[in-house]
Amino acid sequence: MERVPLERKVLSENDRLAADLRARFAEHDILCLNLISSPGSGKTSLLERTLESFDHDEHVAVLTGDIQTENDAKRLARFGFPVKQITTGGTCHLDARMIERALQDWRLEDLDLLLIENVGNLVCPSSYDLGEAAKLVVLSVTEGEDKPLKYPSIFFKSELLILNKIDLLPYVPFDIAAAEENARSVHRDMDIVRVSCQTREGLTEWLAWLDRKRESSRAAASASAS
Amino acid sequence: MHEMGIANSVLDAVRSETHRFPDGHIYKVGVRIGELAGVNPDAMSFCFEALVRGTELEPLALEIEYCPRRYQCRACGHSYTAAEDLICPKCGVTESQFLEGDELEIAYLEVENGARAAGT
Repeated sequence: MERVPLERKVLSENDRLAADLRARFAEHDILCLNLISSPGSGKTSLLERTLESFDHDEHVAVLTGDIQTENDAKRLARFGFPVKQITTGGTCHLDARMIERALQDWRLEDLDLLLIENVGNLVCPSSYDLGEAAKLVVLSVTEGEDKPLKYPSIFFKSELLILNKIDLLPYVPFDIAAAEENARSVHRDMDIVRVSCQTREGLTEWLAWLDRKRESSRAAASASAS
Repeated sequence: MHEMGIANSVLDAVRSETHRFPDGHIYKVGVRIGELAGVNPDAMSFCFEALVRGTELEPLALEIEYCPRRYQCRACGHSYTAAEDLICPKCGVTESQFLEGDELEIAYLEVENGARAAGT
């Protein structure tokens, strides 16, 4: 009997495809963001508010993942930007191959920003790299402030926490300060914005974060090109 | 639940290694799962057993090493396993650096007659 060390990532095939995607995004100066949350916390609403804030000549596209239905793609297509639904047919997350396939009929040179809405799930999507520059996690105030402690993986891996539905704070026993403290106990340097997609409160902060991210991504691209 | 896909990736990795041991049989695969990997060890074991059953890989066991998240204190250098807060148990400072706990790796294989591995 012999023990043979292997030291290999379990998801090495997905990681390889994700690395290819990341290289292609870098080549075309595309900022790719991966939005993750539990079902119903408002990813699609946040994307609606985001798309409607853009000028029509912005080079933005959205991939939206769901187990079934084209509902989200229909909601998001109203804003005139390219949108594609990925229906996973039961799979609880998006993986890098699904993204690669979905991008096949788009010209990457026409894009600056690619927003990916993952399948609603706080667990599984955190394991799959999609080649994104950053993961963003959305948590709504109807879900409980201990979610970062219960699902530490996604809060650890996300650069930004978007606390959504803050218009409902007067009606639910959600301690927003505790939620932020819990998130920071898992991920100390996490950025946090508080928003309501209904009243639009806080959306300016979210869009400013997105602008800063796009700016730093462009600066990094031009630095590596020169 | 995505443990089925992850268990399947482990089996693919084992299959891709079998050629190295033409006279041996891989009977155990060791996998390291970090607390922050987002993978449930019990679900993983359940899926793994179901996938192995009835295949050429039988008998093949899965050994999981579960790795809690660990940090190193920036003030005193002490490394510690984190509870719900990130306070250093030695000096009480909260500035810390993440060390480990997000791994999802195949650590080793255990092989019968593995000493005769091809190319070793």
